[in-house]
Amino acid sequence: MWAYIVRRVALASLAIAGVLVIVFFLSHIIPGDPVAAILGPQAPNDVIEDLRRRWGLDRPVHEQFVRFVVRLARGDLGDSLATHRPVIRDLREFFPATFELATAAILIGALTGLAVGVVSAVARGRPLDHAVRFLSLIGLSMPVFWLGLILLYIFYYRIPLLPGPGQLDIFIARPPWVTGMITVDALLARDGGALINALGHLLLPAVVLGSHALVGIARITRASMLEVLGQDYVKVARAKGLAERTVILKHALRNGLLPIITVIGIYYGGLLEGAVLTETVFAWPGLGRYATSAILSQDFAAIMGVTIVIALIFSLANLIVDLAYGLLNPKIRYE
Amino acid sequence: MNDAVAAVPTVPAQRAHRRALLARALGNPLSLAGLLIIGALLLISVIAPLIAPYDPLVTDVPRRLEAPSDAHLFGTDALGRDILSRILYGTRISLRIAILTGVIATLLGAPLGLISGYFRGRVDDLVMRVTDMFMAFPRLILAMAIAAALRPTLENVVIAISLAAWPAYARLARAVTLGLREENFVEAARALGASPARILARHIAPGVISPLVIQVSLDMGGIILTAAGLGFIGFGAQPPTPEWGLMISEGRTYITNEWWVSTFPGIAISLVVLGFNLLGDGIRDILDPRLRSVRG
Repeated sequence: MWAYIVRRVALASLAIAGVLVIVFFLSHIIPGDPVAAILGPQAPNDVIEDLRRRWGLDRPVHEQFVRFVVRLARGDLGDSLATHRPVIRDLREFFPATFELATAAILIGALTGLAVGVVSAVARGRPLDHAVRFLSLIGLSMPVFWLGLILLYIFYYRIPLLPGPGQLDIFIARPPWVTGMITVDALLARDGGALINALGHLLLPAVVLGSHALVGIARITRASMLEVLGQDYVKVARAKGLAERTVILKHALRNGLLPIITVIGIYYGGLLEGAVLTETVFAWPGLGRYATSAILSQDFAAIMGVTIVIALIFSLANLIVDLAYGLLNPKIRYE
Repeated sequence: MNDAVAAVPTVPAQRAHRRALLARALGNPLSLAGLLIIGALLLISVIAPLIAPYDPLVTDVPRRLEAPSDAHLFGTDALGRDILSRILYGTRISLRIAILTGVIATLLGAPLGLISGYFRGRVDDLVMRVTDMFMAFPRLILAMAIAAALRPTLENVVIAISLAAWPAYARLARAVTLGLREENFVEAARALGASPARILARHIAPGVISPLVIQVSLDMGGIILTAAGLGFIGFGAQPPTPEWGLMISEGRTYITNEWWVSTFPGIAISLVVLGFNLLGDGIRDILDPRLRSVRG
């Protein structure tokens, strides 16, 4: 198994290195001049030239790439052109918000998805099953950013049940920074008011971001349950006179869990993609928004930094899924 | 990854299979509904100029942000343009993006998959590592970077999504090719002295096409959503194009009071994607009986 892990990590590193090369050259062929954009149209030419030279932007692209790799080897991602701070610091600040949002989203998606999937498998072919199936297709068809806007409109503007965009109301003091995740920090600081407010802010974006995962998990749960429910040991359990509840939860669900867990892992990695759109709608200060603004302002160092983080998370999630598969099913052997 | 592929049926068997598949897809009410939605979409995109009540680009600032009424069924946007007309014309954009992207991504991916599956060895390793690279990164974010590098226009949205989407098709084509190359009819062609190019084009490619077409049709909804997402965050179509994602983004500021500006384009996207998903679900149902809702 260790040999397998080493091989997978090597392949993933190779892939990430490739992604870095692609994104580096892509971001450097973006037409336009980031320096001129930052300094504004009134900046004199010699000031622009001076700054370009200081940031090394006047060098040929391949030379800039070598410089980038040398710096990266020392763990230095450079400074963001837009925030004028080390990119590492920016990432450390934006990552927890995305992690918090994605974790809340997958919790909502997985728990609800499991429940819905089990219920519709048990109700197979009945109206409830059809209704669930149709609703989940509709859910899959809605653009997440639009769903976010509509939910904000309903639950914030129309019926003010929930707080609006952002992570906290402005009149609530942010709990001291420990993990960077506001709900966790509020819990650590025993600040009940901030915790409740933060949870309120978290709910809508997490539901929106988790919606596609919910549908996917519900579908695979249903399929997996249907397969397991047809097995002999389930018939035996029923023949023994066990309660239907026990049969479904203990005999069927436990054995049907393997493909479900794989799908949960895949969706967890994929949430990064939805995070870009969800964070834009809910003004959530996370990696997705950081990536968007970095690309829009041609902030090279920030683009590269965010690329590394996203590719790392994505590859790690895939690796964990594959390993979890082996742990749950001893029949699978890694070579 | 999984190199072994189940025995692949021969071309005539596939053809018969395809016909049976189509017949069953039409028999299933959900996929029939999907087909009807897509048919309506095609029809609207063709006759948009005939049925649209207004020019989608003409502004009428005095009548900006009017609520839905008899004159403007879906209301007007911030520049007084008729939202219904913009949505009707928008069908052309969504369809064009979806179809072109499907075609280009397949044309990029399929030949690479064929070659890598047929010749194996070094070429195969290289192609697979390149697909690993593309798949080590979320598709939307990769498309964002590509679209930004190329300048945000509709054509570049197509290129960006195609470049981000081809690896999946290359892998599928490779997997099918791996199975086909061991078949007797390929062996026979090789024994008769057919060149690899001829074997690939005449004997293997026909068998790869139908799984690819099915996969692309399953992905259509996702492609439309990705394109709308790019439009929404500003990496796609630019104003004044009546692209649905962009229209939702333009209506964002007015969501508190003028809800109709963002709501109707969103319903349009959902409906079209639903059409593709219903059809895809029907196809998947037929291919994978385990997921079927009623024992059949």
